[in-house]
Amino acid sequence: MNTDVLIVGGGLMGSSIALQLAMRGFKSIVLDKQSPGRHASGVNAGGLRQINRDPAEIPLTVEAAKMWRDIESLVDSDCDARFPGQIRVAENEADMQKLQQRVDLVRSLGYQHEEIIDKKELYQLVPALAPHCVGALICREDGYARPYHALTAFRLKAESLGVKYYSATEVNSLRQEGEGWEVRTSKGMFKSDVLVNCAGAWANNISTMLDEPVPLTPTALMLMVTERLPHFVAPVMGAASRKLSFKQMQNGTLIIGGALLAKLDFATEKTEIDWRKLAESAETVSHFFPQLKDVRIVRAWAGIESYMPDNIPVISASQSFKNAYHAFGFSAHGFQLSPIIGKIMASLIIDGKTDLPIEPFHISRFN
Amino acid sequence: MKDNYQLVIIGGGPAGLAAATTAANQGVCCALLDEQPTLGGQIYRAIESIPKQRTQQLGDEYTRGKPLVTAFRESDTEYYPETKVWSLNKQREIGVLYKDEARIIQADQVIVASGAMERPIPFKGWTLPGVMQAGAGQILFKSAGVVPDNGVVLAGSGPLLLLLAWQYLHAGVDVKALLDVTPLSNHLLALPKLPKALLAHHYLTKGIGYQIELKRAGIPLLFGVSDLRAEGEGYLQKVSFKHFGKQKNIESELLLTHFGVIPHAWLTQSADCKHQWDDSQQCWRPEHDEWGNTSLDGIIVAGDGAGIHGARSAEHAGRLAGLEALFALGIISQTERNKQGIQDRKWMKDERYIRPFLEAYFKIPQSLLATADNDTIVCRCEEVTAGQIRDAVKKGHDNSNQVKFFTRCGMGSCQGRQCSNAVAHIVADEKGESVEKMGHFRGRPPVAPLTLDQLACLNKELI
Repeated sequence: MNTDVLIVGGGLMGSSIALQLAMRGFKSIVLDKQSPGRHASGVNAGGLRQINRDPAEIPLTVEAAKMWRDIESLVDSDCDARFPGQIRVAENEADMQKLQQRVDLVRSLGYQHEEIIDKKELYQLVPALAPHCVGALICREDGYARPYHALTAFRLKAESLGVKYYSATEVNSLRQEGEGWEVRTSKGMFKSDVLVNCAGAWANNISTMLDEPVPLTPTALMLMVTERLPHFVAPVMGAASRKLSFKQMQNGTLIIGGALLAKLDFATEKTEIDWRKLAESAETVSHFFPQLKDVRIVRAWAGIESYMPDNIPVISASQSFKNAYHAFGFSAHGFQLSPIIGKIMASLIIDGKTDLPIEPFHISRFN
Repeated sequence: MKDNYQLVIIGGGPAGLAAATTAANQGVCCALLDEQPTLGGQIYRAIESIPKQRTQQLGDEYTRGKPLVTAFRESDTEYYPETKVWSLNKQREIGVLYKDEARIIQADQVIVASGAMERPIPFKGWTLPGVMQAGAGQILFKSAGVVPDNGVVLAGSGPLLLLLAWQYLHAGVDVKALLDVTPLSNHLLALPKLPKALLAHHYLTKGIGYQIELKRAGIPLLFGVSDLRAEGEGYLQKVSFKHFGKQKNIESELLLTHFGVIPHAWLTQSADCKHQWDDSQQCWRPEHDEWGNTSLDGIIVAGDGAGIHGARSAEHAGRLAGLEALFALGIISQTERNKQGIQDRKWMKDERYIRPFLEAYFKIPQSLLATADNDTIVCRCEEVTAGQIRDAVKKGHDNSNQVKFFTRCGMGSCQGRQCSNAVAHIVADEKGESVEKMGHFRGRPPVAPLTLDQLACLNKELI
């Protein structure tokens, strides 16, 4: 099988890159060792979050937010994206100071998307919130989408432009032949001019084959979902000094997260829910919304994701080989970035450069 | 309730009762957790409290539960009724909801005796009020003596349907008709399995006896029924079907359906025990050896939850599982286990002679397993239709779990109990693949819903 670009990993990043390449006339093949979106891309919480990101990610997240606003023009589906804002609640003056510092930092970098709201406005936005909170940080343009729907929309659009997906296709070895690539897989040999590593939690397998191993830690993040409830909260809720991530979806269910880790056996890809940790989440939710204490949890799950030690991704060309690129390690906040990552990588591959500042994400930082 | 037990038995039906009694009588510290308020499981429900007259209406198969429960009561097992198990993992940590508080207890050995559930079959109109599963009708009868007072139509396939018709007849219910959807071609296919079935002929003679009595009482027994539909505006008004090419219908406000039973395997699936597709029983069941050991160390299955063999077989399997737990705990030797198990193993074998015949005779046709009607709702919690499932397959979603991700079927409050098999059948049908390849929904805990407050208790316990 021959193609211009071979993308390893059929999640959102791989699909977004394949789509942008196709829009610029480049052919690509996407390989997935299981099925597209089986892990992090399909089972994440779907947060469209600019708020409280690492400063290095701000230029990217702001561009990505613009693309999400008009995602239908890109992938012919709105991906069920909604923009009710994301909030970080302050419970006391110390929290407020912390949030104010954050706003000052964002402003100093020349951005305006995060702001402080006072108690009055907070309770106008979230009347159901427990009465003790004093204010909040808000990004009004933030929201959420349905991850597996987004993934499917990206994949279908890419396929409609000629991108080919191969499921259950695992990469066994890589070889540079001239300036191109020969990739042996469980489904035979693929040849391409360019290779892109979007293998998520398995990306270190690929980067090790490229002689540039990275300190990537696969982790399993837990989420739980409740029964359907009447709508009572619009924005996505977080807290300044507690582990909380909480949103009510369009269908009325609540998705409760908070970066809590399940037990993970990476070799067998088995995850196991740690109920004692989820009990903390349940307590935190009841702390902010006491009226939810009798709401039933119907399902808990964990998705396998890649974490980097500095919690920001690797987005760069390979430093060891020509025509090899990386986009992985999004450390549980890649979903929102996915549209812009497609654009950035397509520019890197085709033009050899991008207008956005991606230096902080270079793989060489782990040398 | 203690934090640790040598053995925890989940389920208070014949398998669980026999397993607990066997283990406790040889000195094991064990607890039996049962979500029902009374002992006996579904089959012997309310056996300790039922009035004598109703016992007679239920027939003598029902009274077999009595000595089992008596023996259990005499053992030293700690018994926890109305106790839900919401999680089980490979370390044998058991998430329990007892007296409205969640806790996690640890067991050296676990016997899952979760029993069977009715096979859900989505057909046109099955979600209308007035359409229920026959098992629900039986529960109401056993536990409260409640019977339909405006008549009932029974439809479906399998021995329970006949038994319920017979029980209703004796309770004075107007059974308007029994519509048997078993394809007549099954009779021929089952014929080669008949000689072996004759070794357990009491089941056959009982079935024939029921039929004769029902016919004598003038209840219409219609065989070879197809195209079953429940119709009505907002609630069930009539049942329509085809019988020998003719379109017919019966007015009724109650339709009880039954399409056989399948293992209640949600707990073992959620624990991630290996499961296999049983083509003869048309269901997923946990893989297990002759003692009930699953793929996970220290997790044993017994009774219908391990594969459908009926209540009598479950009792024997329960004793064998109890012996296996005794052996695993080092209380008896392997030789002793084998010796003590001889009689039950023989009886269990005798009980199972009938199964291949019953499975072939009552095999559910493909037209019911994978409805061709795209408007039929398959997942009633999330209101996903057969058409939406087929459409998801067309969009490249290749197995049950991918279809679940995309359509949300199986993500509602019942967590796929009602639609898991139907989705696998429809996806398989659409792709022209085997059901086995399509897989079952990944079991996601909690297996029983838990409130935020109940879950938060878990945390308080730690402090």
